[in-house]
Amino acid sequence: MNNTVELRDHTREIRLFRIRLAICAVIVIILFGLLFSRFFYLQVSQGEHYTTLAEANRITIQPLTPNRGLIFDRNGEILAQNYTAYTLEIVPDQVKNLESAIDELATVVEITPEDRRRFNKLKRESTRFKSLPIRSRLTDIEVARFAENQYRFPGMDIKAHPLRHYPRGELVSHVIGYIGRINDKDLEQFEADKRLKNYRGSTHTGRIGIEKSYENALHGQTGFEQVETDAVGRPVRTLSRVAPVAGNDLTLSLDIGLQQAAVQAFGDYRGALVALDPSNGEILAFVSKPGFDPNLFVDGIDHANWRLLNESIDRPLNNRALRGVYPPGSTFKPFMALAGLELGKRSIRYAFNDPGFFSLPGSSHRFRDWKPGGHGWVDLRKSLVISCDTYYYMLAHDLGITNIHNFIGQFGFGREIGIDIPGEVRGLLPSPEWKKKRFKQNWLPGDTISVGIGQGFNLSTPFQLTFAMMLLANDGRAYKPHFVKQQVDHNKHLVEDNFVEEMYRLNLKQEYLDYVKQALTDVTRPGGTASRAGANAAYTFAGKTGTSQVINIKQGERYNASRINERHRDHALFTAFAPAEDPKIVLTVLVENGGSGGSTAAPIARKVLDYFFLGKMPEPAEKAG
Amino acid sequence: MITLDIKKIWYYFTRYIDNFLLAGIFLLMLTGLIVLYSATGGNLTRVISQLINMIVAFVVMWTVANIPLQRIMRLAFPIYVMGIILLVAVALFGEVQNGARRWLNLGFINIQPSELLKIAAPLMMSWYFDKAHITLRWRDYVVAVLILLLPVLLIARQPDLGTALLILISGFYVIFLAGLSWRIIVGLAVAVAVSLPLLWTFGMHDYQRKRVMTMLDPSQDALGAGYHTIQSSIAIGSGGISGKGWLKGTQSQLDFLPEPSTDFIFSVFSEEFGLIGNSLLLSLYLIVIGRCLVITARAPTRFTRLVAGSITLTFFTYVFVNMGMVSGILPVVGIPLPLISYGGTSMVTILLGFGILMSIHTHPKLVKT
Repeated sequence: MNNTVELRDHTREIRLFRIRLAICAVIVIILFGLLFSRFFYLQVSQGEHYTTLAEANRITIQPLTPNRGLIFDRNGEILAQNYTAYTLEIVPDQVKNLESAIDELATVVEITPEDRRRFNKLKRESTRFKSLPIRSRLTDIEVARFAENQYRFPGMDIKAHPLRHYPRGELVSHVIGYIGRINDKDLEQFEADKRLKNYRGSTHTGRIGIEKSYENALHGQTGFEQVETDAVGRPVRTLSRVAPVAGNDLTLSLDIGLQQAAVQAFGDYRGALVALDPSNGEILAFVSKPGFDPNLFVDGIDHANWRLLNESIDRPLNNRALRGVYPPGSTFKPFMALAGLELGKRSIRYAFNDPGFFSLPGSSHRFRDWKPGGHGWVDLRKSLVISCDTYYYMLAHDLGITNIHNFIGQFGFGREIGIDIPGEVRGLLPSPEWKKKRFKQNWLPGDTISVGIGQGFNLSTPFQLTFAMMLLANDGRAYKPHFVKQQVDHNKHLVEDNFVEEMYRLNLKQEYLDYVKQALTDVTRPGGTASRAGANAAYTFAGKTGTSQVINIKQGERYNASRINERHRDHALFTAFAPAEDPKIVLTVLVENGGSGGSTAAPIARKVLDYFFLGKMPEPAEKAG
Repeated sequence: MITLDIKKIWYYFTRYIDNFLLAGIFLLMLTGLIVLYSATGGNLTRVISQLINMIVAFVVMWTVANIPLQRIMRLAFPIYVMGIILLVAVALFGEVQNGARRWLNLGFINIQPSELLKIAAPLMMSWYFDKAHITLRWRDYVVAVLILLLPVLLIARQPDLGTALLILISGFYVIFLAGLSWRIIVGLAVAVAVSLPLLWTFGMHDYQRKRVMTMLDPSQDALGAGYHTIQSSIAIGSGGISGKGWLKGTQSQLDFLPEPSTDFIFSVFSEEFGLIGNSLLLSLYLIVIGRCLVITARAPTRFTRLVAGSITLTFFTYVFVNMGMVSGILPVVGIPLPLISYGGTSMVTILLGFGILMSIHTHPKLVKT
């Protein structure tokens, strides 16, 4: 009995086991079917999609960054060049704990807190760039040390980048400008200009100066390389290649020797100098003193240096030649004189006895001449030679503001003239409309009087003054001022060398022009305001001194008494052309807080002209006490 | 005379070997070597070292196949106890690798005792069921569960959740085949469903949670944990119907695949041999599993039935989980593809299992009466 129960149990157990096993077999088949359908889905239904993904995985298009074009002065002196620098870069996405990874990196390569700050800033700003620099300009030893330890730092790599270098540094900083790292704003701009494709792989773009205005020519054409890569993006082999085309080289009209002479002639003074060739508008020297070292900006300026430059009382970042506005003062008078002659308000023969002041009819207010008691009998020639104010008070009154505005505006005052670096400002040539708009006030007769001697609302830049003087020296011909003389491609084939453009020509009576030019020549002769500067010159030169009043005393300049006093002093101006009979050069000198034009600005101009004509490099000027 | 001797030797040599099963195993191993050559980028040394693994594993299989069942049965208890002792030793003196304490350094060799338990646990449970009442009572199931949970918990603590889960599954197969009532199975399923959220909150390490999350949506972390799944799916999908050809899989040749010679070797195979290759491989596995099921069905005793069933189904589980994981329907748990992935330990464990199956099938059947 017991035995049969056991037997029955045994067969029952086997039956039960086999049923369970069969269930398992069915599940096995179902799950294998599931796998098969998954494979079918991936390989057949989605096969094309995944094939595309696989292709995208392994073929990447790598941009080949072109070499930036070089910049030379008119004699072939190099002003901007490239050299290879080793930069340590991090792809933040590929580094797990960035902070501690950088800490570890700092044990191999020096990483300053400043480097970290800059890196973090880049990380925040440039989401569209993957590989970001943390340290630039590694030394050979650092490169070797990192390479040895590279296995410890996934996501970090050393890249060789061409780096921009400005060998002349501060000397031409305001002309050449500098390049800076591309940020998101630049990328938006590139996209809007449809230039973005050409900037894949580029890290820098021109920020100011020639570097910015000739960005397209200097940048070159980005090449492309189709490479097969592995998972970490290491190229395995090249499939196709379109070589990059290096940017064009630029030759400037600037003469670096003249530039150097000008800077030395200034000595310790701050100021600006613009010199150009009146026969074609080529700019020969363009100084804004003090300058700054553009090399600091190439890789992103650090905070300390930026503060130093930005907060300096000397404002080295301000391009005084192009953007510094000053009342033109007496340098305005030659143009007033031409206005008086051309508009028939004065004749060459007209003369009057200068009492030393001018009053409007029915007013007791006296507009005083700089010389108390006046200059005696004054005609137009003498009014320029000794810079008589009363003559021009009267002339301004007779001409009226509208005439002055319209006539003198033709010489470039109060508007943008056009130059091949960015940032030009308009200055101010006042008019009743302007005053109404600006102050909601009517123009008063008294406003006109001080405009006549280049004061009042008048504001102009040294560049504008030079342009106006060129028109005078050129008998009314206006050539477009420009820096770039020649552009050649990377094979040294000429791209363009015709940058000379006659913008317009003023129709002025030759007799009047000759008269004013002769008077300006006399300015540098005995009896003239610049006679000291003109003494024993080997060439004739014509010019006009000027003094521009410093009106505003800024808050925060209260450092010490002597400093305040100095900064209260008038700006000295001198604008000239030489040789007077056949001008080869026009120049304007502005000396900030230099005192009078005749004593400070004109001697600087003389030194620069001596270099230009005689090759005599000046000693740095002594600063007047 | 000589031919007779060779015949005799051949007979003794193959007496306890199931030729059908062996043919399947050899075909899978051969496939493994071919894919491995491609997955290692043509590294012949790795292929040769795998070949040595296979030979060692084959010797183990042959040896086990030649051991009569009774002796295997007698070994179940001591092996299990030894396994548990080793696991405790790991917990106390084990070496930490990748944040987990899994290896035991015995001076001359590093061993991973959890590997041993993959066989020892179901063996012990089957042995217990065999010794238990003729009609199994619920107490017997409780004891079996305790036998199973002891190593599972020790291994889960290391932590090695993947292995713990696999042993749990292989133990569950034993209990299921032993005839656990459906009511309890359904009850268990409900209990698991309920405890999952608890496990999620209290029982899991961060990296494990992350794996689960990534499994649900690999694209969520496309460059991190989901990267493997996505790259693997790309490899399989881009293989298309006929594959890119041997040694021509771009995903694997260009290092996009993680662990291309171990856990992800199937994506290499898939990319290079396409859906056709996959179908053939699935069929091959199905044939091997089918043969094992036949052996199981014919097994003479309760012990042999349960052991054979558990080994067979565990083998299937490995195949399914690995293929499911590389094709993106299961989480990445780090289970090699049996007989194909590179690695000596898993090869030995798998062939040890097949050795037991062969022993069951070829030794004289002693029907217990």
